Amino acid sequence: MSVNGGAQDHDVEPRTLLVQYLRENCGLTGTKVGCDTSSCGACTVLADGESVKSCTMLAVQADGAAITTIEGLAPGAELHPVQQAFHEHHGLQCGYCTAGMVMAVVGFLDENPNPTEREVRLGIEGNLCRCTGYQNIVDAVLAAAAAKSGVSS
Amino acid sequence: MIPAGFDYVRAGSSEEAVALLAEYGDDAKLLAGGMSLLPLMKLRLAVPAVLVDVGRVEDLSYVRDGGDHVAIGALTCHRDLETSELLAAECGVLRSVAAEVGDNQVRHRGTIGGSVAHGDPASDLPAVLLALDATFVAQGPAGSRDIASDAFFEGFLETALAPDELLTEIRVPKTGAGGFAYEKFNRRAQDWAIVGALVTRVGDATNVALVNMGTTPLRARGVEAALVSGATASDAAALAADGTEPSGDLNASPEYREHLARVLVRRAIEAVSG
Ligand SMILES: Cc1cc2nc3c(=O)[nH]c(=O)nc-3n(C[C@H](O)[C@H](O)[C@H](O)COP(=O)(O)OP(=O)(O)OC[C@H]3O[C@@H](n4cnc5c(N)ncnc54)[C@H](O)[C@@H]3O)c2cc1C
Ligand code: FES
Ligand code: FES
Repeated sequence: MSVNGGAQDHDVEPRTLLVQYLRENCGLTGTKVGCDTSSCGACTVLADGESVKSCTMLAVQADGAAITTIEGLAPGAELHPVQQAFHEHHGLQCGYCTAGMVMAVVGFLDENPNPTEREVRLGIEGNLCRCTGYQNIVDAVLAAAAAKSGVSS
Repeated sequence: MIPAGFDYVRAGSSEEAVALLAEYGDDAKLLAGGMSLLPLMKLRLAVPAVLVDVGRVEDLSYVRDGGDHVAIGALTCHRDLETSELLAAECGVLRSVAAEVGDNQVRHRGTIGGSVAHGDPASDLPAVLLALDATFVAQGPAGSRDIASDAFFEGFLETALAPDELLTEIRVPKTGAGGFAYEKFNRRAQDWAIVGALVTRVGDATNVALVNMGTTPLRARGVEAALVSGATASDAAALAADGTEPSGDLNASPEYREHLARVLVRRAIEAVSG
């Protein structure tokens, strides 16, 4: 499979979860395991551009896919616009949910570039945050959407 | 949590999937989106020896105009239902309820066929398909057969599909863009319904289906009959829990579920009538 644009090739047991593969075989520990029961979204990555919970996907199911993790969003010194917006709007406290939250938001804004506040809340319903109370995350997502449409229009 | 070890084979077509099921027999299980099966395997509540992955059988992922019905491939993911213009125009209820399943991540992977074949009474789409009198097409070693929705759901996680059969297509009638209301009661946004009530109205016919009020999705036939004989929404909805045997769990007692069914059915009838 391709991970953040580079080829990864390992022989793994079929039962290897995608999140385990990314962390242990590829050494990409940015993706977190929160609940391990498909609920919290901390493990969210993009598979061919769509958000998925990597604790509930086998590595073999992603064979041949293009995976993007939090490490792949901003290869240079500059933050990805969604990361920048989380930074500016205090969209994180402890940061445990953040990698998954940011990936879910990147996937969501791709599908819905100009969301309403309600759509943002529904868009991140698969991601739990125990610290922020979500308000600052929602503000960050709306700001990122506005910044993005400002750039492209 | 990591599943117990298993062998993994990928099917490239529905014929290949059926042949692999025949080859491995009872040891094998189909894997579609994995949104129900993988959590069970991680908890080791399911320990199949062989997984036959049909997730890449792309010719089973479609929403097509079938003339008098809409035909949906079993491997179509919830997200593709949610964004289908054909469904929005011809069977709006299925599009709309698909958007209520789980969260974005779950809808990107989970399929309508997996939802149906899993046979979980707490799932949303089976109740919709029951209310719509949908037809299920199953392919087995001896060929293909049609199964009516009222004969499909047999018990908790049990359906009329044989272990060597693959669900290939689901056919729903063209009911138009509107004429429905779905009341889903849950505590967290992404969760399954504690109780759900779906009401569809097509011409003079009002169909009522219940989520999580027994071991299978159910039709509230008593409510439907009362509406035919002219009962008000609240009189008809008072019958919503009759004949049901809901379970009790951390979220709700059986009595509370019965209460919810009556209230949610009344709200849904009022919404389609209003
Ligand atoms: C966090 C979370 C929240 C969820 N919330 C909801 C919700 O609110 N409402 C809801 O309805 N569902 C919910 N779900 C379940 C979701 O809808 C699943 O997508 C669906 O139940 C299973 O589809 P799947 O393609 O992932 O099937 P899989 O998990 O791959 O398979 C499920 C079962 O069906 C069998 N199977 C799959 N495809 C076929 C086929 N074509 N023919 C024969 N057998 C087949 C498999 O062998 C297995 O036994 C949720 C899931 C998660 C993880
Ligand atoms: S760790 Fe995957 S959803 Fe919580
Ligand atoms: S910032 Fe701590 S869980 Fe979200």
